[in-house]
Order: sequence, then C-alpha cells, then structure tokens
Amino acid sequence: MGSLGQVIRRWLDERFGLESLLQFAKKKTVPVHRHSVWYYLGGMTLFLFVIQVLTGILLLLYYRPSPNEAFESVQYIMTHVKFGWLIRSVHSWAGNLMILTAFLHMFSVYFMRAYRKPRELTWISGMLLLFLALGFGFSGYLLPWNTLAYFATKVGTEMAAQVPLIGKWLLVFLRGGEEVTGATLTRFFGFHVAVLPGLTTILLALHLVLVQKFGMSVPESVERQWTATGGQRREMPFFPNFALRDLMGWYIALGVLGALAALMPWELGVKADPFASAPAGIRPEWYFLFAFETLKFIPAKIWFIDGEVLGVLAFGIAGLLWLLIPFLDRKPGERWRVFFLGLGVFVVVFIAVTTLPTLIASLVK
Amino acid sequence: MNMQVRCWFTVLLAILGCSAFALAADQCLLCHQMLEGKLKTPTDTWAEDIHGQKGLTCAACHGGDANTDDMMKAMSRAAGFVGKPARSRIPRLCARCHSDGAFMREYNPSLRTDQLAQYRTSVHGKRLAAGDTKAAVCSDCHSVHEIRPASNPLSTVHPLKVAETCARCHVNGEYMKAYKIPTDQFAGYQASAHYAAMANRGDLSAPTCSTCHGNHGAAPPGVASVENVCSTCHVFQAQLFDESPHKKAFAAMNLAACIACHSNHRIVPPTDAMLGTGPGSICLNCHAEGDAGYAKAAQMSQSIAELEKALANSDAILDRAERSGMEVSQPKLEQGEARENLIKARVNIHSFDPAKVAEVVAAGKKLAAKTYRAGREALRERDFRRKGLAISLITILVVLFGLRMKLRSIEARQAAQADEANKDSL
Repeated sequence: MGSLGQVIRRWLDERFGLESLLQFAKKKTVPVHRHSVWYYLGGMTLFLFVIQVLTGILLLLYYRPSPNEAFESVQYIMTHVKFGWLIRSVHSWAGNLMILTAFLHMFSVYFMRAYRKPRELTWISGMLLLFLALGFGFSGYLLPWNTLAYFATKVGTEMAAQVPLIGKWLLVFLRGGEEVTGATLTRFFGFHVAVLPGLTTILLALHLVLVQKFGMSVPESVERQWTATGGQRREMPFFPNFALRDLMGWYIALGVLGALAALMPWELGVKADPFASAPAGIRPEWYFLFAFETLKFIPAKIWFIDGEVLGVLAFGIAGLLWLLIPFLDRKPGERWRVFFLGLGVFVVVFIAVTTLPTLIASLVK
Repeated sequence: MNMQVRCWFTVLLAILGCSAFALAADQCLLCHQMLEGKLKTPTDTWAEDIHGQKGLTCAACHGGDANTDDMMKAMSRAAGFVGKPARSRIPRLCARCHSDGAFMREYNPSLRTDQLAQYRTSVHGKRLAAGDTKAAVCSDCHSVHEIRPASNPLSTVHPLKVAETCARCHVNGEYMKAYKIPTDQFAGYQASAHYAAMANRGDLSAPTCSTCHGNHGAAPPGVASVENVCSTCHVFQAQLFDESPHKKAFAAMNLAACIACHSNHRIVPPTDAMLGTGPGSICLNCHAEGDAGYAKAAQMSQSIAELEKALANSDAILDRAERSGMEVSQPKLEQGEARENLIKARVNIHSFDPAKVAEVVAAGKKLAAKTYRAGREALRERDFRRKGLAISLITILVVLFGLRMKLRSIEARQAAQADEANKDSL
C-alpha cells in the first residue's frame, strides 16, 4: 500500500487521466530568447486578476450598493474593518496594475506579431478580456459613490451616448435611467460582480486553453536566427523553470502592491452629491484618458456631423480594426511587416501623448 | 366697386390707422426725441424707466396733455402743465401715486406706500420741510428719468449700489460742510466686514447704508438704538449684551452699544486680539490692571486661546495623517463641530462672563481632544502599516532569494543531466 498521496493520485488518474495531464505539463516547454521576458506579462495579469477576485470577495462582505450606504460602507471598510484598508487599497491598485499589465501584454503580443496563424483566436479572446478589464475598471470606479467617481461616470456615460444610432439607448441602459442615480450604482454593481466576472471566466478559460494548445509564439527574427544557426531551438521546461520565474514575478508584484497600499492608500474622497456642481478637473481613470483627451480636441462640428459622434465612431472603428489585426496582417513581406510595426508605434505614441500630460499634471497636483 | 377704387380705399384706411396709432403714443416723447440737449436727454433713457415700461406718460409727473401733438395745447397751464417740478415738491409729487395704495396695487401690490410718511421722519425730509432744498429728495437717490426697481442690478438703489448712491453727497466735503457731519463714512464702510461680504462675496443680504439707517426714513440711529439696529442680524450677541454688566455701564457713560468696541461704519472683522489685556485690546480703553473687568478680560482671552491652540494641534495631526493617506474624514467632521464651539465662545464674550465662555470652550476642547486622539491613532496605524510593510518586504525578499537559489540548483542539475546525455550520445 502506497502513501495517501499516491492513493489520491491513483484515484484521480483513474477518473480524470491525471497522468496524461502531468505528462503534458512535464513536456511543456517555453522558448528562450532575448524577448522571453514578455512571456511573463500574461501570467502577471492572471495573478493580478486572481488578487482582484479574492479581495473583491472580501470587500463584498461589507460593501452595500445603495447611494445612501455605499460611501459609508467603504468608509467603514477603510476605518473599522480589520485590514479593510489593505484589502480595499490592494483591490484598487491591483485593478489598475492589471489593466497596465494587460495593455503591456497586448502590445508585446502585437510587436512580436504573435497573433498570426494559428493564434488568431488567442488574440481575439485576449482583446475581449482587455475590454472586459476596462469594463471592470469603469463599473468599479463608481462603487465608492464619491464625487469624482460620480461625475466621471456621468462624463463616461455621456461619451457612450455619442455612439451613433444606439447612443441614447446605451446611455439609458448603462445608467438605468436618464441620470446617474442609485439605479446606476446597483446596475454597475451587478455588472462588476456578476456579469463581467461570468464573461471573464468563460473567455479566460478559452484564452488559457488556446495558449496551451498553441504554446508560446516565437518572433520571426528569432526563428530566422535559429534556422541560420542550425535549427537548434533553445527552450526551458515550463515546470519548474518557467513556473518558478513566474512565481518570483508574482512575489515582486505582491511586494509592489503591499507598498502601494501601505504608502499610498487608495483615497476615498467626498461622498457624491448629485445636486452639487461638478468639481474642476473631472477626468476618467487613466486608461480612458486617451479617448477623453482626444474627444476634447475634435471640433464641435465637422462638416454636418457632430464632432463627438465622429470621435466615438472613429474610436469604435479603430478598436474593431485592432481586434481584427490577425486577419488584416496576413500578407508576407518586409513592406507589410514595417507597416504594422509603424502602426503599432503610432498607437503607442498616440496613447502616451494623450494620456501622460494629463496624468502627470494630476499626479503633481 | 372697380379695382382702382378698392386700392385707394385700402391706402386711405392704412394712413388713417397709422395716424390714430401715432396720436395714441406719448406725444411729448415724439417731439422731445427730435430736440437736442437737456430737452432730449429724458427721452434717451425713458424706455429703461419702470414708469415708461408700465405705460405712464410724461404728463403723469409734468402735467399737460400727452395725447396732442399741438405743443401749445400739450404744455398749456390749463391742461395742468407744471414743467420741471420744484425740488421741494418732488416728494409729494411722487407720493401722489406711491402713497395711493389702490393705485399702486394695479402695478405692484407688494410695494410699500408709506415712503412719504417715512421720508418726513428722515433727516432729509425734515430739512426739506425746513426749507433746505439741498436735502435729498426722491430723484436724488432713484434718478429722474431712469428709475429702475431696486432689484435691478443697474438701479441706483440696488443693494450693491446703495452705498455709492449715498456717497455721492456724503463724501462731498463742500456739499456737506453746512451740516457739520463727517464725510468718511463711505471710506470706513469700504474697509468694513459688511462691505467685504457685500462686494467681495456678493452677499446681497449684507448690510449697506440703508440697512442700519433706513432708506426713506434715513437718519442716524441714536445712541440708545444702536444695539437694536445691530441686533436685527446679531441676535445672540445683543441678547448676551443685554444681560451683561456693560449694558448699564455703557448707558451711564452715554456710550453706544456695539459701536463702542466695533466702531460704526468701519466695522472691521473682529480678532481675538481685541479681547484681553495684550496689545490691541479694546478692553483696556476702559479697564486697567487691578479692576475686575481687567481680570475677566484676561480670563476670557485665555480660554479662547486655549481652545484655539487645541484646535490647531488637532488640525495639524489630522492633516499629517491625511497627507499620509489615512482616512480621517470622520474626525475632520467632528473637528468642524469643535470649531463651532470656538465661534460660540466668541459670541459668548458679549456676556462678559468668563464662566459662560469657559463652558463652551470646555465643550470645544473635549471635542478637540477626541479628534486629536483620532489623529494620533491614525498616525499610529500608519506606523503599524509601515512596519508591517517592511516585514512583508523582507519576507518577500527572502522567499525570492530562496526561489532564485532553488531555480539555480534545478537548472544546474538539468545542465549536468544534459551534459551526461550528450556524452552518452557521443
């Protein structure tokens, strides 16, 4: 008779084919080259998502989603619940870091052209996960029901109202009425803790299965180099080599989160007053700044079309094209490679130029 | 009727219609608009005047017949034409309508109709009655042909303009010379807290000349009435003063309450330095070391200073905690309550009773002590978090080091195994 561990292992193997899974894990490898560092961003994003889920569940124990109680319940969490300040601050910081790492992950995949055949669906599922992460950020921002969140949500939902044809319907759907009210808060709470997590779970499972199925993509330049030097691929086992490195990255992220929560706790602000005038400098979260700032520069009317409508339409089309990149970048050749590289650089520079000045100004203030 | 006759008939009707309309309008205006100089000036602003807007004609004040374009008939004495009314007649002229309740009800039922009665009690009215035609009459303050309701910001009697309107005469040394009254009231008012509230904050309920002196019944409040005037706004201060020993003492010394300490027009924002025995104290104007009032002033000043210090300490520690990212909005709210006690204590000074001041100060200090404790607790919590962070970071570093070492040993073993395999294959 073997040890208890062996008994459990045999029991699982008989029912779920554990041994074949373990064999797959043992054989799984990760390419090693000068761009390998970017492979860690996906795992880092996943780790931060898990942190979000855990801290979110803990916050749910005390949070109350109504205009009369939301602010007070978050205040209670911050001041009276044991380590409530830590949970709330980690939740807020991890949310932002998760969106940051998701963006970095997306751009690293883009610049390595890892979206090409056969990984088109991996890219699409990843992009949809990023959109969901933005949805998490937008819906979660309102939940403390403070002044900044209230007016930023008002501005954000007004942007949604500019979507041609369905804008008005979308506004009422998001707000649960014409104005940002308690109905909006409960609706956003529902999106944040039920609808978005449900969709994310499905897409995340699909994304991870696809990553396992196709493995890590190797950049063309590295492939060419390997071919030129005799076809020897440099790889490391996923378990334990890559997994341990992933774990080290997660520990570092944990340290950063702890430091941010302890030294710069996420502030609560002032309770929202729908009858007060909007404070100066209302702006959305940093990850929406590029759209917010761009819309400000668009003239009120372009020919006979409303400037904001045109702006929102342009962002919608750009987002759709970005989502469909794997199907657009299909032709071989240096010319297309340079074109898509230039497009990526343009997008990064555009986001940086429209985001950083406002972000830095608000941080300095 | 043929077509041509019909056309001529239509034109004739149109001409007759226009003539009838022209004659229905104020004929005085139509003619004076074509004149020059001071005979035309009234027509320039008449459209802005409330009387013009309500459809009154020139004849309402000047007499005559505004319906005829015949100058001789329009301005005939037989039609009651008076021309430019004499200054001495102006109040009664305006009062013909403004004291007629039934008439005024047709235009503005909420407008008072006792202006003339009030005016007769005023210094202006009394002087005019005595034959002094330099005394202000209705048109001096309300303008002549550009009279607007007091609620109109362009009106000369809008709250923001009242002081300037009064000052037109009252800062004029030459004009006021015969009356032997000072001409620095406007300068004093401009330096006052009341003016700051009115002009800087745009608070139209802040006092201006007419608030204290009355408008139509304008007169300086007598020494005995000053407190009544100030107490229309400063209710609690007046109640406390009434019960204080200063009430009798001031009356005996013929000192006007409130003014004795706060001045009249130049009512600058009061400071704590005005109380006590230090430099700037106004208590020392009457009290000297050794008397009871001196000791009480010192006691009250000391109480107020103690509460101020306690509040400042709490503010400082709460600000420090807030800057460190700690959530202290609740104690900051309570700090507001503590600060209210400071305001109450400053009001209680008007009782000149150190016990009443000390009672409120004690309540304020108790709240300030509570908020101070909350601030100290927040800083202690901040330090706890930082220590916790340091321990966590050290733990994480140790784990990272351990993982790195483990990884290195694994990879060394793997490299050795690979070498072995290579050798075997060779």
